[in-house]
Amino acid sequence: MATHCPYCALQCGMILREEDDAVSVLPRQFPTNRGGLCQKGWTSAELLSHPQRLTSPLLRDPASGELRPASWDAALDRITTGIRDVQEKHGRDAVAVFGGGGLTNEKAYALGRFARVALGTRHIDYNGRFCMSSAAAAGMRAFGVDRGLPFPLSDLGRADTLLLVGANPAETMPPLMRWLTEQRERGGRLIVIDPRVTATARQADLHLQPLPGTDLAVANALLHIALTEGYVDGDYVATRTTGFTEVRRTVAGWWPARAEALSGVPVADLEETARALGTAGRAIILTARGAEQHAKGVDTVTGFVNLALALGLPGRPGSGYGCLTGQGNGQGGREHGQKADQLPGYRRIDDLEARAHVAQVWGVPADELPGPGVPAYQLLDSLGTDQGPRALLVFGSNPVVSAPRAARIEGRLRDLDLLVVTDFLLSETAALADVVLPTAQWAEEDGTMTNLEGRVLRRRALRPPPAGVRTDLSILTALSSRLRAPGRQPPDDPHTVFAELRRASAGGIADYAGISWDRIDAADGVYWPCPDDEGPDSPRLFTYRFATADGLARFHPVEHRPAAEEVCADYPLYFTTGRVLAQYQSGTQTRRVAALRRAAPEAFVELHPDLAERLGVADGEPVRVLSRRGEFQAPARLSPGIRPDTVFAPFHWGGRARANSVTNDAVDPISGMPEFKICAVRVEKA
Amino acid sequence: MTGHSERVVVVGNGMAGARVAAELHARGEDLKVTVLGAEPHPAYNRIMLSTLLTGKIGESDVELAEVAGRGVDLRTGVTVSAIERATGQVRTDDGDRIPYHHLVLATGSRAVVPALPGLDPEHLPERVIPFRTLDDCRRILALTGTARRALVLGGGLLGLEAARGLAIRGLDVGVVHRVPYLMDRQLDPAAGAVLAGTLAGLGVTTHLAVEPTAVHADAAGVRLELSDGRSLDADLLVLACGVRPDTALAAAAGLAVDRGVLVDDRLRTSDRRISAIGDCAQHDGTLTGLVAPAWAQARVVAQVVTGQDPLARYRPRPAVTRLKAAGIDLAAMGDPTGGPGEELTFADPARGTYAWLRIHDERLAAAILLGDNPSVGTVIQLFDRGHPVPTDRRALLLGRAVGGAVAAPAASPALMPDAATVCQCNTVSKGALVRCWRDGARTVDAMVAGTRAGTGCGGCRDAVAGIVDWLSRTDPVEVGR
Repeated sequence: MATHCPYCALQCGMILREEDDAVSVLPRQFPTNRGGLCQKGWTSAELLSHPQRLTSPLLRDPASGELRPASWDAALDRITTGIRDVQEKHGRDAVAVFGGGGLTNEKAYALGRFARVALGTRHIDYNGRFCMSSAAAAGMRAFGVDRGLPFPLSDLGRADTLLLVGANPAETMPPLMRWLTEQRERGGRLIVIDPRVTATARQADLHLQPLPGTDLAVANALLHIALTEGYVDGDYVATRTTGFTEVRRTVAGWWPARAEALSGVPVADLEETARALGTAGRAIILTARGAEQHAKGVDTVTGFVNLALALGLPGRPGSGYGCLTGQGNGQGGREHGQKADQLPGYRRIDDLEARAHVAQVWGVPADELPGPGVPAYQLLDSLGTDQGPRALLVFGSNPVVSAPRAARIEGRLRDLDLLVVTDFLLSETAALADVVLPTAQWAEEDGTMTNLEGRVLRRRALRPPPAGVRTDLSILTALSSRLRAPGRQPPDDPHTVFAELRRASAGGIADYAGISWDRIDAADGVYWPCPDDEGPDSPRLFTYRFATADGLARFHPVEHRPAAEEVCADYPLYFTTGRVLAQYQSGTQTRRVAALRRAAPEAFVELHPDLAERLGVADGEPVRVLSRRGEFQAPARLSPGIRPDTVFAPFHWGGRARANSVTNDAVDPISGMPEFKICAVRVEKA
Repeated sequence: MTGHSERVVVVGNGMAGARVAAELHARGEDLKVTVLGAEPHPAYNRIMLSTLLTGKIGESDVELAEVAGRGVDLRTGVTVSAIERATGQVRTDDGDRIPYHHLVLATGSRAVVPALPGLDPEHLPERVIPFRTLDDCRRILALTGTARRALVLGGGLLGLEAARGLAIRGLDVGVVHRVPYLMDRQLDPAAGAVLAGTLAGLGVTTHLAVEPTAVHADAAGVRLELSDGRSLDADLLVLACGVRPDTALAAAAGLAVDRGVLVDDRLRTSDRRISAIGDCAQHDGTLTGLVAPAWAQARVVAQVVTGQDPLARYRPRPAVTRLKAAGIDLAAMGDPTGGPGEELTFADPARGTYAWLRIHDERLAAAILLGDNPSVGTVIQLFDRGHPVPTDRRALLLGRAVGGAVAAPAASPALMPDAATVCQCNTVSKGALVRCWRDGARTVDAMVAGTRAGTGCGGCRDAVAGIVDWLSRTDPVEVGR
C-alpha cells in the first residue's frame, strides 16, 4: 500500500505491508524523499498495535476522579449534554475547538464546519498557530498567498546559493538533506543562520551564529549590503513590486556594523552572505521556526522576504523565498477552516462573499455563520475564565506539552467544565480530559495531506481501525447529529468530504476545485491552486504575477526590536527551544516507540562548557532552568556548539522535563505566534 | 514632562534629530513634533557618505526613513537663529516664531578647519573641502571627475574613510597625520603600522608625524606644505581634522555650555524644558560623536518627554570604533594606552592581521582587531555586554571563537569506537554495522538494507562504504581467530 509518512511536512513516500497483523514500512521513491526515511518513519507502524493504544472511550468517573472505559454512546451522550449545558448557560461561543496541523485536509475541513455549523461557535483555532503562522502572515502580506514553498522541493538541489534561516532539516526532515547534498555536489553554497552549531549548520559552507532574537537585524543588514554593493535587481523591483522606497530608507539605518554589534555576526560574514545571494544565478532563501517563533516573527520573515524581493528572487526560475512547514499537514491544515479567521480555500471569515459561498455549500444561511475567533494562545489562555469558553474539544493536539507557559495553560484546561480529547494515545492533555475518544491512526484512514510544497497527496488506509476505535470524521458526524446541527448532513467518508471541500474551496486562494483523488493518484500529487479538472496545477507560483490584486509583490519596512523578555541580573541567560531527530512535536507518539526512546531517551539542557564551568555543572548532571513563568529540570549536555550566553532544550517532553514550562507567552501582534525561541532564564544545579 | 497634544520642537534633522522625532512619534501619537533641519535634504545616514564617495551608491541610497507626514512636521532648509526661553519659542532665519513646550537640540557638530596660512574657515578655497555633510560630499564628487590626486588631512577614522572612498574611485590618495601612527585615539602603534600597510595596498600613501604648515590653493590645484620641509601637490584637499560641537544657539540662549551643551542623565540642559542629544551634547564630561550613543539618547528623551518612562536615564556604553570596507576590517574598543589586566596579542603583519586584547576580571577591557579576525563579532559583543570571556582565550584571537571546532571525522573506521553513531538519522552505530557484516552483509547496499544506515539524509553513505571497505580488508583475520 503506497502512502506517506504520518509525521512531518516532508510527507515521505512509503509503502506499508501487512503480514499476520504486523505492519512493516518500506521507503518509496517519491519526489520529496527520493527513497529516504528517517528513524521516525521507519518505526511509524509500531504504534498501530502499541499496548498503550486507546481502544475504548474513557469517561472521568465523578466519584474517583479517574478515567474509566465507557461505551461510545455514554461518551457521546456525556459530550452532547456537556456542550448543551454550557451553551445554554453561557452562549454558543462558550464551546471551543482546538485542532491540529497533523489532521488530514478532510478532517481539518470537517472540524471547521463542525465548529461553525454544529456548535455555532467562533472559537476554533489550532496548533499550527505555534508552527508557521508568522511565515503565513508574512507570505500573505507580501505575495497575496501563503504556500510554504512556492516551487517544488527539487529546486533546492539546483540552487547556487541556499540560505537557511532558523532551519535544521538535518534533524527535523532528514531526507530533505538529500537535496542539499545534491546542491553542494553541484557546486552550490549552503549558508545557515542559527544560534547553535546544529547538524545542518555543520554541513554549511558558512554558518552565521547570531544571538537569539536578532535575525531581523541580520536581514536588514543583508539588504543594506545588497544596496551598497549593487546586488539589488532594479528592473524587478520597478516592474514586479511596490513599496521599496520606504524599505530602502529603513535598511539605510542598518549598516552592517550596527547589526554586528547586536547579533555578533561578523560584518565580513554578512558581506559574504549578501554576495553569495546577490551574485548567484539561482538563489533561494528559506525560513523556519527559528526565525518565525518570535513576538516579531512576521516582521523577521518579512525582513528576509524583502531581501528576496530586492534581489529579484521570487518568481525567477530556480530562485525564491520559501518557508519550511513543520507539521504533516501544516500547509493543508491552515487552508480549510480550522484557523480562527478563515473559511475553506484560505478565505477570510469576515469576507461577505466568502461567507455566502461557503454557507451555500454547507446549506446554512450566511448570516448564521459566526465571525472570527481569536488565535490559539489567546483562546487557550481564556479557557475556564469569565470571558472565555467553558468547554473545549481537542483534535490532534497536545497543548499541555506544546503551548508556551504550559503550566498556566494546564491550569486553564483544568478550569474547564468539559474537556474532550480525541487521540489514539493518552497524551498529557488527554490525561486531563473529562472524555477521551479513541481515534484511528494514519494507516487506518483515507484522505489527503498537503505537503510543504503545496502538493496535495493521498494518504491510504491499509486496514480498518481496531475494534472500539472510530475515525475523527465519524465522531464529528455523530456529534453533529446528536447536536441536531442545521444545514446539510455532514458526510463521514473522507472521499465525500473531499468532494465537498473542493466545492467549498472553489474560487478561494487555496483552490482545490480541480483536484480529485484520482488525479492525485495519477501523478505524484497535485499542486494547488488547481481550479479546473482539466486545467493545469501550479508547481511554481509567481512566474508572471503575484496573487495580489494588482499582481505586484509588496515590500513592508520592518524594524528590529528587542525580545519581549531580555536577560537581566536575575535571569541572565537566553533560552531557546527546538527539536531532536528521534522525537516529534509533543512526543506523544515518538516517546512510545522503543527505538526512538533509545535514541533520544530524555530531555536535556544544552549549554556551553564555559557556562557549565561557571555554574559548576558537569556533563549529565541534572540542572534546573527557571524563568519568571516556571521551571523544568533535565540533565546538562555540554556542547561547544552553543553560545555561552544561551541555553537550549528540546520541547518534546512533558512533566518535570517540560521545556515549555519556562517559555514566554508573548505573541506576535499579527500572527499570534508565541515567542518560543527566546526568553530569559537562570540555570541552577538541581 | 508634557502631556498630550503638546508641541515638541527638534532643532536638527541629522541622525540624532531624525531619530528623536521617530522615537517621539512612536510613543506619542498625539504629540505635535516639529523638526527644523538646516540642510535642505531629507534625513540621511552620515555613516554612508564614505560609500557615496566610492561611487557605488547614489544619493537616494543614503536617505533614512522619516516620519514626516505622519503627525511630524518636518521643515528642511530652515535655520534656527535664536531660542527665546522666556516665551518658549524658537526664531528661524526666515522670521518665523515656533512655540514649544519642549525643545530638543540636535544641532550636531561642525568640521574643524585647522588654523593654517591659506585657510580661512569662512571662505575655504574651492579645492579644499571638509568631509562632514552631504553637500561636502557633493563638492568632493564634483571635483573627482577630473582630479587625479587627493590629499586627506587627518588620519583618524573619518579621514581614513574618506581616503578609502577616494582610492576606490581610482584617485591617488595621500593621508597626512601629525601623530606617528594612524587612528592614534583608538589604536596602538603596532596596529597603526599594520593599518598603514593595509592602506598602502589599497593605494593610499600615509605621511606620518608631520604637521601641515601652509596651504596654497588656486583654480588649478592645492599644495600642502609640511613641517619637515616637504610639500605635497594634489587636485583636491579633504579636511578631516575632527569636529566641534555646534553650541552657538545654546550658548546664545544662556544655556550652560562647556565643550558641548551640558546635559544630565535625562539629557536635560540647564533649562528643564530643553534637552540636547548627539554630537552637540556633553554628558558626564564626555562628547560622543558617534551614532549609537546619539540614538540611545534619543530614546531616553522620547521616554521622558512622552511620560512613557519619566525616570529613564541615559547610561553611556563604551564605544566601539568600526571600520569595515573592501580590504579593511578594523574594530577598536576601550583604551589602547594602558590599564590593569592581562594582554593577549597575535600579529601576522604580512597578511595585515593584528589582534590585541586586554582582559581584566574575566571581562574584555579593550581590544584592537585588524584584518582577518573571525572572532570580531564575538569580541564586540563580549565588550559591549560585559560578558565573561571564554576559558580558552585563543578562541578570541584565532578561529571561529565560541562556535568551537567542528569534530573531524575519524581518520579510519578502525579508530572509531563501536558505540560511535555513523548514521544519525537512524541511530546506527559502527558496532551495529560490524554486526550486520558478520551476519553476512558484504556490500554497501546490503549493509544499508540490514541496518537502515544511510536511508535518511544519505549523508553517511560514504562512511558506510568506508566501513565496508575496512571490514573487507581486515575482517577475515578477525573471523579466522
